[in-house]
Amino acid sequence: MGLFRRKSRSANSAKERLQLVLIHDRTDITPAVLDALKDDLIQAISRHIDIDPSTIIIDVERDGRSQRLIADIPLRSISRRRTG
Amino acid sequence: MPAQIVTITSGKGGVGKTTTVANLAVALADNGQKVACIDGDIGLRNLDVVMGLENRIVYDLVDVIEGRCRLRQAMIRDKRMPELYLIPAAQTRDKSAVSPSDMIRLCDELRSEVDWILIDSPAGIERGFKNAIAAADRVLIVTNPEISAVRDADRVVGILEAEEKGTPALIINRVNLAMVKRHDMLSAEDVLDLLSIDLIGIVPEDEDVVVATNRGMPIALEPKSLAGQAFHNIARRMKGEQIPFMDLDSQGNLWNRISRLTGRK
Repeated sequence: MGLFRRKSRSANSAKERLQLVLIHDRTDITPAVLDALKDDLIQAISRHIDIDPSTIIIDVERDGRSQRLIADIPLRSISRRRTG
Repeated sequence: MPAQIVTITSGKGGVGKTTTVANLAVALADNGQKVACIDGDIGLRNLDVVMGLENRIVYDLVDVIEGRCRLRQAMIRDKRMPELYLIPAAQTRDKSAVSPSDMIRLCDELRSEVDWILIDSPAGIERGFKNAIAAADRVLIVTNPEISAVRDADRVVGILEAEEKGTPALIINRVNLAMVKRHDMLSAEDVLDLLSIDLIGIVPEDEDVVVATNRGMPIALEPKSLAGQAFHNIARRMKGEQIPFMDLDSQGNLWNRISRLTGRK
């Protein structure tokens, strides 16, 4: 459609796409692997503490030439657990 | 002092490796250095035509390796420069005619004769590439500010790290300043941020490179051209000189911003 008419600033798309592609190329971690890992983590953590699976974020981030696996797992506060 | 062996590679084809080798060789030779370049692209030789030496080939790299001639006989002297030589690739053979240890042996013999050995690697990450990096003290990666070239460059950096060849330095070639300015081309900073390796040069896209190549006269012989200047700057950085990066962007000093990005002063 307006691909070429729009003021495209296509460099941004190139950079964003490359950021994702490079993470996959460097680590060989596919979205499917990440999903499986997330499920396993939720199960393991849930055996010990009360968490809300929908709030969990697992992602691979770039840090210079190395990659790190970032897991963000919000904990339910005791007060919320009591009321909710 | 024995020569420094520098391999120029890229992963992707067509980003300007051969042009870069020809120009860095000319720029180093112009700086009083003794230089030999080796075309490592067996079967698809091109460094000879880019340098304008195609009519003077008698022996090639494979002839030396297979003992049909002495090393000296395969070194074509570029008469425009005091001390610049080309060892051409064989055109009728393929990559399997050479092994990494052949390259190491040849470079060891050549090392005492010159100050610099520049090796033009073929595209790809297979045998020819492995041959080209086998003897390298240092690797320079050429890329263009576009998705496929940057992705392939990243793969090559990964392979070089895995093979413990150290972290290569980056040449960003064919930067179209007008397109970068309107945000339709990755900037040098974008590419550096993505690849996270040291920068050794930025070469602007320059029609004169095509014209120069048509004539077999590397653009570095025209020090007034922007691309020619960029190659001369890279050659001086290879020698260890601190040369500021060209201000290719009117919105402030590129070098300052790159310094901030890479955490260097």
